[in-house]
Amino acid sequence: MAEYHLQSPLSLDAVCSLKVGDSVFLDGTVLGIRDATLIRMFDQNVEPPISLLGATLLHTAPNVSKVKDRYEPVCIGTTTSMRMDRFTEPLLERWHIRAIIGKGGLSHASARLMQRHGACYLAIVGGAASLQTTQIDRIEQVYWEDLMPECLWVLCYAGLGPLTVAIDATGNNLYAEVEKQVEMNRQRLYQMLGISVE
Amino acid sequence: MDSRGRAVPATQPIVLEEGFYGVVEQVARDLYIEAQKDVPPDVRAALSKALEEESVPRARAALKVMIQAIELADEKSMLVCQDTGLPIFWLTIGRGLCVDGTRLQQAVRRGTERATKEHPFRSSVVSPLGRENLQTSCGRRIPYIHMEFTDRHSDLEALMMPKGSGSENMTFLKMLAPADGIEGVKKAILDSVIQAGANPCPPTVVGVGIGGTADQCVYLAKLALTRPVGSHNADPALAALEDQLLSVINQTGIGPMGLGGDTTSLAVHIEEAYTHITMNPVAVNLQCWRGVRRRAYIHADGTVDYGY
Repeated sequence: MAEYHLQSPLSLDAVCSLKVGDSVFLDGTVLGIRDATLIRMFDQNVEPPISLLGATLLHTAPNVSKVKDRYEPVCIGTTTSMRMDRFTEPLLERWHIRAIIGKGGLSHASARLMQRHGACYLAIVGGAASLQTTQIDRIEQVYWEDLMPECLWVLCYAGLGPLTVAIDATGNNLYAEVEKQVEMNRQRLYQMLGISVE
Repeated sequence: MDSRGRAVPATQPIVLEEGFYGVVEQVARDLYIEAQKDVPPDVRAALSKALEEESVPRARAALKVMIQAIELADEKSMLVCQDTGLPIFWLTIGRGLCVDGTRLQQAVRRGTERATKEHPFRSSVVSPLGRENLQTSCGRRIPYIHMEFTDRHSDLEALMMPKGSGSENMTFLKMLAPADGIEGVKKAILDSVIQAGANPCPPTVVGVGIGGTADQCVYLAKLALTRPVGSHNADPALAALEDQLLSVINQTGIGPMGLGGDTTSLAVHIEEAYTHITMNPVAVNLQCWRGVRRRAYIHADGTVDYGY
């Protein structure tokens, strides 16, 4: 279980060196997206105003305040990734996204796509947005403001983390491992509760 | 008696001053903000205890980050989480108060709007089909305001519980048959927690409703989340069930944020209602590790006591 401090966006080499269970801190640019942003891009086929090529994505929808014409962070954290699972394929195929930061994980299908395209999923501690907000250096740009708060955010971080590598580029999936363990425990727990099992 | 234990004649109706509804508005505003900044002491204690007992290093690291986030929010007066949730209020009205219910609802709605604009924070509320966000945390039937009544005479209890979507999306209702028995109820609860997995930001508080009508059953599961973490149902059989289920849930291995560990839930709270002879409904509504809630007692004279 290594600990890495990496520059975002991540190089393919950096992504391929990460193994499930490693701890990562990120400096640099991270793009904030979520449901409405992805629906606009891929369901409504609207070309994003900037290139997402090789980017690090964060599943977020920030709390901000507008000071003159700039947005200042109030509280910027992470949302549940699974709702956006079906967008993994177009994101990886069209934009070669190298890392998705979120909470709760993505599906087995997404993990296989990450293996094929050389990408990883970095798990953040959900709900700990106060900590993650202090790791923001600045909000660089905001696009699609009409979707507020589900805009396309360009965020600059200094030491975003700790992030746990939960899906790596070799197809290992920490969530799948935990699920397997939980399934192994399930029958024993049924017995403890007096539930008859076939 | 009122919430401070002061004797009040039970028969004497209290006509409220004009300023009372302004106080309610201010309290609704403050509760919505404070609920998101100040994690209740019982939740803090439960997280600290979990950290002491957790054996998996990755899970310990996650619990430490949670505690760090709580302390940072205290220090810098920040929201702990970005999810400002659906605003939910429980107003429990003392029997002596002559309350104008419509004005009460308006005051809570204005307080909710003011919290959103004045803090400011994100409005997480949209229309379900058009996905229109009024940027006020309000909309049709939101904030969700429950009105209840108490034997206490001269105060209005206001409980605010913003509900984030990570946990609210993990809600389950099972209309079991009487023949499924208590075993069926236990299985439905355990299966729900396993199905929710990493999504509701574990360690969760597990709210359980048993009995009632279908909608009442889900309501009871949510009501169970308003109790302090670790409190027990007054019925010894339900209290024992709460303990048994918590112990079993914490042996699933789901762990903090679903990345494995001994700490999947901080508490199981059960509330019940009588049900139909042919019914055996059970509902599960989860709360994330922040266990967010804030409470205030607004007295007839406009003074306010705050709690959790």
